[in-house]
Amino acid sequence: MRIVVLAKQVPDTKNVTGEVMKPDGTLNRAALAAVFNPEDLNALEMALDLKDRYGGEVIVITMGPPRAADILRDALCRGADRVILLSDRRFAGADTLATSYTIAQAITTHLMPFDLIACGRQAIDGDTAQVPPQVAEKLGIPQVTYVVEAIEMSNGRMRLRRDLGRREEIVEAELPLLITVPRTANRPRWPNARRLLKYRHARCGFELEAEARRRRAEVHQVLADLKARGLYIETWGAEEIQADLSRIGLGGSPTKVKKVDSVVLKGRSLRFFPPDDKGIKELVGELIEERTFG
Amino acid sequence: MENYFTDNPDIQWHFEHLDLEEIVEALEEGYTQAGHYDDAPASYEDAREGYRAVLEMLGAIAAQEIAPLAAEVDREGAHFEDGKVRYAAGTERALKVLRQAGLMAFTLPRRYGGLNFPGVLYTMATEMISQADASLMNLFGLQDIAETIYEFADEPLKEKYLPLFARGEVTGAMILTEPEAGSDLQSVRLKAVEQPDGTWRLYGVKRFITNGCAEVSLVLARSEEGSVDGRGLSMFLVERCPELVVRRIENKLGIHGSPTCELQFNGVPAVLVGQRRLGLIRYVMSLMNGARVAVAAQAVGIAQAAYEEARKYAEKRVQFRKPIIEFPQVYDMLARMKSEIQAARAITYEASRLMDLRRILERRQESSRDPALRTRAKEVSSWTSVLTPMAKAYASEMAVRAAYDAIQIHGGAGYMREFPVERLWRDARITTIYEGTTQLQVIGALGGILSGALSQYLSLKGERDYRPELARLALLAREAREKLASSVTHLKALNDRDYTDYMSRRLVDMACDCLAVHLLLDQAQRDPARLLVAEKFITDAMPRIRMQAEYVAGNERITIEKRAELI
Repeated sequence: MRIVVLAKQVPDTKNVTGEVMKPDGTLNRAALAAVFNPEDLNALEMALDLKDRYGGEVIVITMGPPRAADILRDALCRGADRVILLSDRRFAGADTLATSYTIAQAITTHLMPFDLIACGRQAIDGDTAQVPPQVAEKLGIPQVTYVVEAIEMSNGRMRLRRDLGRREEIVEAELPLLITVPRTANRPRWPNARRLLKYRHARCGFELEAEARRRRAEVHQVLADLKARGLYIETWGAEEIQADLSRIGLGGSPTKVKKVDSVVLKGRSLRFFPPDDKGIKELVGELIEERTFG
Repeated sequence: MENYFTDNPDIQWHFEHLDLEEIVEALEEGYTQAGHYDDAPASYEDAREGYRAVLEMLGAIAAQEIAPLAAEVDREGAHFEDGKVRYAAGTERALKVLRQAGLMAFTLPRRYGGLNFPGVLYTMATEMISQADASLMNLFGLQDIAETIYEFADEPLKEKYLPLFARGEVTGAMILTEPEAGSDLQSVRLKAVEQPDGTWRLYGVKRFITNGCAEVSLVLARSEEGSVDGRGLSMFLVERCPELVVRRIENKLGIHGSPTCELQFNGVPAVLVGQRRLGLIRYVMSLMNGARVAVAAQAVGIAQAAYEEARKYAEKRVQFRKPIIEFPQVYDMLARMKSEIQAARAITYEASRLMDLRRILERRQESSRDPALRTRAKEVSSWTSVLTPMAKAYASEMAVRAAYDAIQIHGGAGYMREFPVERLWRDARITTIYEGTTQLQVIGALGGILSGALSQYLSLKGERDYRPELARLALLAREAREKLASSVTHLKALNDRDYTDYMSRRLVDMACDCLAVHLLLDQAQRDPARLLVAEKFITDAMPRIRMQAEYVAGNERITIEKRAELI
């Protein structure tokens, strides 16, 4: 069984301090620590658990700048069998459409056939939750969102439990399949010490030169050595995935951010409605007027 | 995110200043292991980076996964139902995390699945686990059992059991104590009977056995019929089986997560470990030494937790219109706690490091006839033998004091279950008792103090050129050494066994203070930032040292002679 996990390195928004917002309201990414998107760890855990139960391999793929190799090293330490860094200056500035194209393209060119794609429900920076569904669409496979448990896998089908807040659903779907996993699904395992001791030495394509300087060796020697020891983080750019250059990066992104508001809810923006028929009617009217409904 | 490794400046300091080059070089066989194992380091620097990565993870696991479960583990405790022991839910959860993270075999060689780390890193890990949940340390700390199998068992036993320990698939127990054999292990009676086919079966009762429900245990039993002392005892390995019955688990003051079992052996099949008759005098002594350092680390961890709680509370709690931390009696308690924790940590890590060094020197000695090596090995061995019981005695008594003061700082709130300090005090209380009471540690350390081994160690540490700003403290350290030396001389001149035993606790307390004075001074010499704590500790310790010396010199025999009337 081949499981592909989609992961993203994100700014650590849990530990936000004053200076991380620029005056224009955008994130000052340089001032924030970069972490493994939390719900992607839940997806990885579900994938590793499936591997523990049914065997197979877990491949983690991320698109991002060279330093995103950090979360791939982390994934290896936690038990991933293979990791891939999609990184190319031309990928930069991608919206969810271009991102999902790039990832889907990487999968179709190199990772077929797969059985399952596991993704975190959403990333804590953009919070769109759009990339996984778009990847499923582009690959032409079914998708099941909010999966909190992979109950069983047999005869090319999976039985899954979805948490929809007020109710749960048990669904069955055919493989290959894409699922998205929320935080409540599981507690991600920690890195394994022996794997940590090994894979802290893993290097991606962008780190080869520095590694060669450190070892006082030639880049091709370092690459051969890393590959032989299973420590090379495969690094793919636009050519490797045969990308249509008009569909990647900023150029392939129709989304335009017009303005970013920093919204801070204050006590005075709260309005109380009495818990009776009249109050509820008023509340519903208000929500329709505000276009929250309809 | 909280992390007991990176958040603790004192542990960080020790990690940065660990003097391990020789030990790691030997453990890694000149870094040749890197050719066979892809997790082995290629150099000392590489090894240190790896140690840091693993301890950072362990510090995070301790603070973020284990500590939040500790209160509930204490409330729930281990269960005993239908003859079976079940851990508290939080204990199960914590063990699963540690197992998955591969942290259950710090020191075992890689070929058995271990990390091949020096023991002193395991000691640091033990401390952090204990800071999170002292009762979990009793299970985490059972790695010493695998270590003992590795040291003394035959290869087939090692190959069979060590990988199971390393993967965390089995837990262990060291089954020593009996109703009539507590401190006095020489009188163990559990009977080992050799079978016609050369295997053994065990009969009898053991009690107060930590994790007696383990899958694999080491048992001390009498293999030589008719013998009465320690030389008739051998060590056996047993697996959990129907003939090994857990009769009950104890209802204890603290460490509720750790099941303490009473065991009945109804002809339990057993395998002899090592040689007959060496069970107590060699193997258990070695096992106990490791366990003593581990309990010292457990005590330091509990004290650290108590200190953190007390400081937090004292900063927050306002009485008489100011935070209570501003009252001299309160801040003195906190400052003393902190300096004594650092003293205990310094002694414990040093004992642990010496134990590592002793092991590699002994191994090196097996294949060498170099007389200089022999002398050094003997020297290091004598220092280890005296520092180990001192570490256990000092750290455990210190932890009880720290937890006591932590409750005191909380006032009435500290007496309530809602705050963790009462649990910390209950958990700390066992550390002065198990793996040998403080009184037994005193006996254990006495020999090495009277023989001059400790004085020799202190002289090597103390007789050197200190930086000028340390001149005053160095002078005090010299005075401490001299006080200790004159007390030893006095006792030896008197040559009165009863008086020496009567004064032994005072002598060992003085020796512990004296040792800590030297270790903290050494830290200040290496790093000016350490001066303040050294100054605080030495200032507090000197009057105690002078007092104990005065006691010893006083030749007061009233308690010995009039004890019938006095007690």
